[in-house]
Amino acid sequence: MGAYFTLFIGAVLINNFVLTKFLGLCIFFGVSKNLNASIGMGFAVTSVITLSTILAWLLYNFILVPFGLTFLRTITFVVLIASFVQLLEIVIKKMSPTLYNMWGIYLMLIATNCIVLSVPVLSVTNNYNFIQNIVFAVGSGLGFALALILMASAREKLDYADVPEALKGTPIAFIVAGMLSLAFLGFSGML
Amino acid sequence: MDYTQIAIMAVVIMTGVGVVFGFVLALADKKFAMEENPLIGEVEEALPKGQCGACGFAGCAKYAEAVVLDPEVPPNLCVPGKAEVATVVANLTGKVAEATEPKYAHIRCRGGAGIAKLAFNYKGVHDCAAAKLVQQGPKDCKYGCLGFGNCVKACPFGAMSMGENGIPVVNKSLCTGCGKCASICPQHVIELIPISAKVTVSCSSKDMGAAARKACTAACIGCGLCMKNCTHKGGVKVVDHLAIVDPSICRECDDLTCVDKCPTKAIAALVARTKKEENVG
Repeated sequence: MGAYFTLFIGAVLINNFVLTKFLGLCIFFGVSKNLNASIGMGFAVTSVITLSTILAWLLYNFILVPFGLTFLRTITFVVLIASFVQLLEIVIKKMSPTLYNMWGIYLMLIATNCIVLSVPVLSVTNNYNFIQNIVFAVGSGLGFALALILMASAREKLDYADVPEALKGTPIAFIVAGMLSLAFLGFSGML
Repeated sequence: MDYTQIAIMAVVIMTGVGVVFGFVLALADKKFAMEENPLIGEVEEALPKGQCGACGFAGCAKYAEAVVLDPEVPPNLCVPGKAEVATVVANLTGKVAEATEPKYAHIRCRGGAGIAKLAFNYKGVHDCAAAKLVQQGPKDCKYGCLGFGNCVKACPFGAMSMGENGIPVVNKSLCTGCGKCASICPQHVIELIPISAKVTVSCSSKDMGAAARKACTAACIGCGLCMKNCTHKGGVKVVDHLAIVDPSICRECDDLTCVDKCPTKAIAALVARTKKEENVG
């Protein structure tokens, strides 16, 4: 149990995908202008990462490994994630229009994002077992959501701050992201 | 396993994976097919499809969807479509169309070539925004039309053309009042005025009398004669040395004294004089 907890905390805080591995930055800067949008996006990413990592793990361990084709993992995962997100969109559209209105626009953005690809790839390279794999995926997703929500809260305040003319908009967002990243560096001594 | 075998296996597995995902997707698409309300398509068909966004939605399709699905969205939001489209949309969606006053774009500047003085000769990029960056434009008057036709290029309905004197001309029959030109004009000399407007000011200069006159012979000099002679109080006001007409008051008035009194003809009548006036004059 303790090992799983360590893995989870590690994925959320210490090896936060956005702030220490610098993955998924396009969504991180694109969707963090508004808190509500970033909450939606954060949880959409978490669910997509979790489900696609489970599928990728199954595909890798039951198809690619037995046939000795592990070198094909990146390309198969790309295909897998793209089709899976498409499938999810179709299903959500039918099952829950409310959810679709909240998440629908983000799903397609997620399909080609590096963070969604890197979690399954890292998971299989580290030879995680099935449970570890799920814990790692959920943790990574929540870590992303946490970073996005923190960033969005800070950026909403920035709208009212007296920012120097030259730094208005994206430049100050980069500076804030750098500071957040430095703060997350503090977690590195935790475990 | 030798390399040929690995290569064959790779092709087989990849093809297999692709085919399986393809079938799953196709199956899901069939099984979870979403019947879209056919009304949405019909409403979209009725809209002008200028994709101007004047309704506040991201394009005609989004507005059609919103007006069909959301009972709060009124059917008369399509500005270019005017009353005609509003009635069609209202009939399709079973909503009540409120009357909309159609508007059209009006250029608040008459300072064309030979009328407005040039401060310098601009030979840069042929673009209003670029010209404005150089000392607020090449004309002495810093408020007037720059005449490089950004509005003409922006008009989705081909209602604008560049006049010979370097001031754009609006074709009222083609203009839908979407306001794209007004939002793109760096000088903000384009305003939307209702079709029923009777008088309008064709100048944007906020300079004081002598300065405005010196820069352009067609300028509003802010003398205030129109305001003093306005028979319906508040119809014309002079703010910052510039006359402004309030069409909601002006439409009640048949008297064109303000137009007659204007020393520079910056304020002009848009309607023919009424019969009563013709008899008198």
